Amino acid sequence: MSGVRVLVGTRKGAFILTSNERRKRWSVSGPHFAGWEIYHLKGSPADPDRIYASQSSGWFGQVMQRSDDGGKTWATVGNTFAYEGDAGTHQWYDGTPHPWEFKRVWHLEPSLLDPDTVYAGVEDAALFRTGDGGQTWQELPGLRGHGSGPSWTPGAGGLGLHTILLVPGKPGTIFIAISAAGAFRTDDGGSTWRPINRGLKSDYIPDPDAEVGHCVHRIAMNPSRPDVLFMQKHWDVMRSDDGGGSWREVSGNLPTDFGFTIDVHAHEPDTVYVVPIKSDSEHFPLDGRLRVYRSRTGGDEWEALSEGLPQRNCYVNVLRDAMAVDTLESCGVYFGTTGGQVYVSADSGDHWSAIARDLPAVLSVEVQTLPPPLAPQ
Amino acid sequence: MIRVVLPAALSLLARTESEVTLDIPPPATQRRVIDAIEARWPALRGTMRDQVSGRRRALVRFYACGEDLSHDSPDAPLPEEVVSGKEPYIVLGAIAGG
Repeated sequence: MSGVRVLVGTRKGAFILTSNERRKRWSVSGPHFAGWEIYHLKGSPADPDRIYASQSSGWFGQVMQRSDDGGKTWATVGNTFAYEGDAGTHQWYDGTPHPWEFKRVWHLEPSLLDPDTVYAGVEDAALFRTGDGGQTWQELPGLRGHGSGPSWTPGAGGLGLHTILLVPGKPGTIFIAISAAGAFRTDDGGSTWRPINRGLKSDYIPDPDAEVGHCVHRIAMNPSRPDVLFMQKHWDVMRSDDGGGSWREVSGNLPTDFGFTIDVHAHEPDTVYVVPIKSDSEHFPLDGRLRVYRSRTGGDEWEALSEGLPQRNCYVNVLRDAMAVDTLESCGVYFGTTGGQVYVSADSGDHWSAIARDLPAVLSVEVQTLPPPLAPQ
Repeated sequence: MIRVVLPAALSLLARTESEVTLDIPPPATQRRVIDAIEARWPALRGTMRDQVSGRRRALVRFYACGEDLSHDSPDAPLPEEVVSGKEPYIVLGAIAGG
């Protein structure tokens, strides 16, 4: 029997939740790295027992952790993230130049093929890569250096590179997104980049149609159809059918199109999930009712999914990296909240239940689908 | 033998005791103490000072003999009481935040 391992990063440590393919009974281990912020942890698609974790603290900076046994034991690896050359400046909130300063790793994306290769999206926004299992990290400077870097401005949570999408069969193609610069694409493995924000409209920047400056919260795709991208922007849910060449709004009948997270069903490329949040100043669900919205039409038409989710007095948030899908035959969908709940649906969103209810605020959720030899039975 | 007291978060990270001892060849300075800590416990690299700039982290302080040494030159000699092991060199995380 197959199984799943859910990797949960929280404000005060990491938790690992495991179950067999029925996803009814769960084992919870943790907190790992208790007391530290775990922005993200993710396993290698090429070796599921290889997991990388970003551990950070306002006091003691950035620590990187690696497990070679599925999260049972961990060892620190390299944590030097030095920008290439003269780091220069980006734009501060008040429009003045501000030195580029490394703060933390927001997102880790292991290579699809090599367990020792991992991409790291960091704040202040840059993309780093390791090819030696995390011992050393090198910046891919073409991203910050493509020309618009000095105009990038932080979002409320910082100038973070939070999304990294690798494309199966196209090792040179990477999509990334930065708050609040926008989305970018490379087709040469990260040497050169181009912004892919045409069609985005953001009324909170001087030129609503600007090439960069959009507060993209998250991008998602189904690996079988990498030219189709879905985006949760600050406001607006967007879709691109040409790999980011242009975007159109697919918010449709959503009750609010503000939100942070978005994901795509593992087997149905036109089935998309978002968690609508009331507004940019009220980061909680509408009417105190926690509802995931699902589109089975690639956007525009959305249905509320609420069975098993709290429908009164619920004022949590679901952050950008806090939703994931597994690849079991009946696709599982997972998300975590700032209230410390982690929810699972083993039937594509029709029914939900809580795996854990009282964790620290959840920052990220990833899931690994485990083959029978590795899965709990 | 220099005694160093680490904050709980760092002793847990390094999987060591909260008070550790180090042999530092003279002259013993703050920089050489931190260098020795990072060499012996690589997990602590960059946790007390930024690895790129070398600057002390803003919410980390260094105390000894009832004095705050945080703003002293990292190359200034440490007090004799610290060098002799009579008094510990204390690495402290600020009381701040949640």
